[in-house]
Amino acid sequence: MVFRSKNTNPTSSMSDEQIANNFVEMHPPLTPSQALIEADRCYFCYDAPCTTACPTGIDIPKFIQQIRSDNIVGSARTILEENIMGGMCARVCPTEVLCEQACVRNSHEEKPVEIGLLQRHATDPVIGAGLQLFERSKNSEHRIAVVGAGPAGISCAHRLAMLGHEVVVFDANAKLGGLNEYGLAAYKTVDDFAQKEINYILDIGGISIESGIRVGIDLKLADLREKFDAVFLGIGLPQVNDLSLNRLEVDGVVDAVDYIAALRQTEKISSLPVGNNVVVIGGGMTAIDIAVQSKMLGAQSVTIAYRRGPDEMAASGFEQRYALTNGVAIQHWLTPKSLQVGEGRLIGVYFERGMADCGNGPSTSGDSVFLAADVMFKAIGQTIDWETLGDIPELVSHAATRIDVDENRRTSLDDVWAGGDCIVDGENLTVSAVQDGKVAAINIDRYLRQHKNQFPGASHD
Amino acid sequence: MTDLTSDFLGIRSPNPFWLASAPPTDKAYNVIRAFEAGWGGVVWKTLGEDPHVVNVNGPRYSAMYSNERRVIGFNNIELITDRPLQTNLDEMRQVKKDWPDRALIASVMLPLDEETWKKHIPIIEDTGADAFELNFGCPHGMSERGMGAAVGQVPEYIQMATEWCKKYASIPVIVKLTPNITNILHPAKAAKDGGADAVSLINTINSIMRVDYDTLTMYPTTDGFGSHGGYCGEAVKPIALNMIAEIARNSETSDLPISGIGGITNWKDAVDHMALGAGNVQVCTAAMVYGFRIIEDLCSGLSDFLDSKKMETVSELSRRAVPSIKDWKNLNLNHVDKAVIDEDLCIKCGRCYIACEDTSHQAISDMIDGKRGYRVKDEECVGCNLCVSVCPVENCITMEPLTTGVDPRTGRAITSQKSDWTTHPNNPMRSG
Repeated sequence: MVFRSKNTNPTSSMSDEQIANNFVEMHPPLTPSQALIEADRCYFCYDAPCTTACPTGIDIPKFIQQIRSDNIVGSARTILEENIMGGMCARVCPTEVLCEQACVRNSHEEKPVEIGLLQRHATDPVIGAGLQLFERSKNSEHRIAVVGAGPAGISCAHRLAMLGHEVVVFDANAKLGGLNEYGLAAYKTVDDFAQKEINYILDIGGISIESGIRVGIDLKLADLREKFDAVFLGIGLPQVNDLSLNRLEVDGVVDAVDYIAALRQTEKISSLPVGNNVVVIGGGMTAIDIAVQSKMLGAQSVTIAYRRGPDEMAASGFEQRYALTNGVAIQHWLTPKSLQVGEGRLIGVYFERGMADCGNGPSTSGDSVFLAADVMFKAIGQTIDWETLGDIPELVSHAATRIDVDENRRTSLDDVWAGGDCIVDGENLTVSAVQDGKVAAINIDRYLRQHKNQFPGASHD
Repeated sequence: MTDLTSDFLGIRSPNPFWLASAPPTDKAYNVIRAFEAGWGGVVWKTLGEDPHVVNVNGPRYSAMYSNERRVIGFNNIELITDRPLQTNLDEMRQVKKDWPDRALIASVMLPLDEETWKKHIPIIEDTGADAFELNFGCPHGMSERGMGAAVGQVPEYIQMATEWCKKYASIPVIVKLTPNITNILHPAKAAKDGGADAVSLINTINSIMRVDYDTLTMYPTTDGFGSHGGYCGEAVKPIALNMIAEIARNSETSDLPISGIGGITNWKDAVDHMALGAGNVQVCTAAMVYGFRIIEDLCSGLSDFLDSKKMETVSELSRRAVPSIKDWKNLNLNHVDKAVIDEDLCIKCGRCYIACEDTSHQAISDMIDGKRGYRVKDEECVGCNLCVSVCPVENCITMEPLTTGVDPRTGRAITSQKSDWTTHPNNPMRSG
C-alpha cells in the first residue's frame, strides 16, 4: 500500500523475531508489589495539582489511596467515572506534561509518582474481567447520534447511555476506536487493548453501532439532526496536510498516518515494507511515532527533519528523548524544498536551513541541505474534512480549520455538539477527547431535560 | 568512636545491647550466632519447671505493616522454653564458659510456691549466669496458668516472688514488668520492695492483630481459632518510653536501675530508651525481623552519636532527658510557639492546610499572592504541632517561640515570667 515499487527494500534487515521484540510494550505494567510500593509514594495531597493537571479531572490521590488499601475496584471506579478510557489513557497520555509534571514529588525528589502506571494497575483488572461499574439510568426515550467512534465519540456515547439515553454511533471505519485503533504507535498499546476497551465500554448497553457509514457522504448531517434529538461530532481530522513540494506523487512519499494505520492493523508487523534511509517531515507525536517504528522495523537510518527548534516541537521532551534513544536522528531548522527523484522513485530531499526566530518567524540562511532518502513520511498534521460537512454552513470556525464550540462543547447549532481533535483548541490528546465527549454528554442531557421536557420515565429531582 | 562497654548492675558487656528473652535466645545455636554477630549479652529464653511447656503447631507470629510492608508491630503467642530444663542449663553453662565477656542472664518463670524457687534458683545460678530476670510479663498462655503477667499484675505477688528469688540467689535479680496494668509505678515499687536489683520493661501488650477478611475470623488462627498474643515492635516504643520515664522520675522508684525494652530497632531508639531512664537496652523484634546483623548499626550509630555529644561512656547518656519530663500541670502556660512554614522547602502538597482546616484551628491559608502556597496565620495558630507532624518534608515546618511583643491570637503580651496550671485562675484547686 505504501511503496509501490518492489525495488524499495521490501523487507527489513532485521529478523522477524528482532522486530517482534522491538514492538514489545513501551511501559510494561507494574507488578502488584511495584504498584503497592509506588502507591505509597503518593502524599495524598489536598486539592492535588495532579488532579488539576488531568484534563478529565480524575481524583488521583483518591484512586492511589484505594490501590494502597487493596480496593482495586473502587480505584478503577474513581478513574473511570471521570475518564471511561482511563485504561487507554494510562498507556498513551503524555503524563510527563500532565499529571506527573504536576506531582509535588518533583519538588521533593525530582521523581514524580508513576501515576500513569498506577492508573493502569487499577483499570486493567476491571476491564480484563469485564466488571461493569456503571448502570444506566431509566430510559429517557431520547435518541442521540454520535458521529465518530474515536475517544471523543465513545466517551460521549457512554456518558449519554449512563444518563439513560439511546445512542447510535456512526463510524466510517470497519473497527471502532478511531485513532486509538488506527493512530497510536503499536508499542504504546499491545494485545488489541483498544478493541477490548471499546467492548468493555459498550457493554453498558443502550449504544448501537453503524460502521462503515461516512457522514457527509452516506448520510447527511441534516438528516441526523432531523432523526435524532441531538448530534455529537467526534469526527477527528481526516484530511492529511500536504507539503507544497514538486512531484509528491512518487514512490516512497508516504502519509505517516496511513502507514501507522497499516502497522496497527497488520497481522505480522515484520511483513511491512521498510525504507533504508527514512526521512520524517514534522515535529509532533505522529512524527515521533513513525520515526521510532521505522527504526524498530529495521530501517538503516531515520531522520526527523523539523523546520523549527526543539522547543517548538509539538512532541514532548520525553517523546523526543525516546526517539533519540531508539536511534532516530532529529535535525532542526530544516524546511523541505524539493524532492530528488529517479526512475519514479524517491532518492532524496533538499532542505533549506533556517535559523532561530528573530521575532518574525524562522528566517532562512539560504543554505541547502540534502538528505538521501528512499522513504519520506509526511507528518505535518491533519485538518477537518469540510467538504463532507459542507451541508452545514452554520457550523463555522473562526480559524476555518476546526469546529468552533463553547465551553460545553456545543457548536453554533443548537442541537449539535462536537469534541476531540476536530474542535478549535482541541489538544490532540486522547484524554482531552474523552473529556470533550463527557462534557458534551452532560450538557446534551441538561439541554434535553430543559428544552425537550419529555422525560416520561425520568424523575424530576 | 566512643567505647560502648556497658556496666549494668556490675555485669559488664562490650556494648549495652542485650537480646531479650525470646525465640532469638532459645538455645545455644542462636546465642552463639548472636555473640558472633556482636551482641553484648543475652537473656536466655525463659526457663520453667519440667515437664516443659508445649507450643501450638500453627502460627505463633503475625505482623502489622506500614504501607510498604515494613513490619511496624508484631504479635506472638509463643510460650517460654519448650525444651527440658537440663538441656538449657547445659547449653547455658557451655556458652558462658566460651563467651566470658558477654552477659548471660537467666530468665525464669516459676509458680508462686517458695519450694519451687528454692529448688530451681541455685541450680540455674550454677550455670555461671550473670543475673536472673524474673518473667512477670508474658501476657498469654502462661498467664492462664497463674504465671507471667498474672503475677506481674498483682504487686503483692511481685514482691513475694522477688523476695524468694533474692533469698536463694547470690547474683543480681532483675524483675521484668508487664505493661498490661494501669500504673507502672505500683509493680515497680513492689519489685523494689521485694529487693530487686533492677527492673526491665516492657514485656508485650495484649493484642489481636486483625481479622481475616475472607473468613471474618480473627487472624491468624490455629485450626480456625485464635488467642490473644503479646504486641511488640516499633509501634510499642512510645508506651515503653513513658513507663520507663515514669519509673525514672518518680522519687520512690528513681533509684531502680532499668533495662529498657520495647521497639528498639535502630540506635536512635536506644538513645530514646537510655536518655529517658534505661541503663542498657534489650532487643527482640528487630532481630526477628532483620536478623542479628542489625547489631552493627546499633553499635556504630550509638558510638558515633556519643562521640558527637562528647560523651565518653554510655552511662553518661543514661537518664539525660529525665529532668525534662514534668507533669502537665507544671508546663509553662505563658510560653507561645507559632508554626513557621519554610516556603522554599515547601512542596505544596497541602497536607498541613487540610489537617489544620478540617481538624484543628483553621490557622493555615492555602494561597499566597493568589497562588497555591501555604502560610501560617499567627492570629489563629495555637502552636499545636499538627502541621509539623503531618508535613512530609523534614524541617519544612518548625515551631518558633515568640519572645517579644504580643501574641496576635490572644492579644496578650509575651512575658518571660513562667506561669502554670497550679496557679491559673481557671483552676479551682489552684495554689497561692
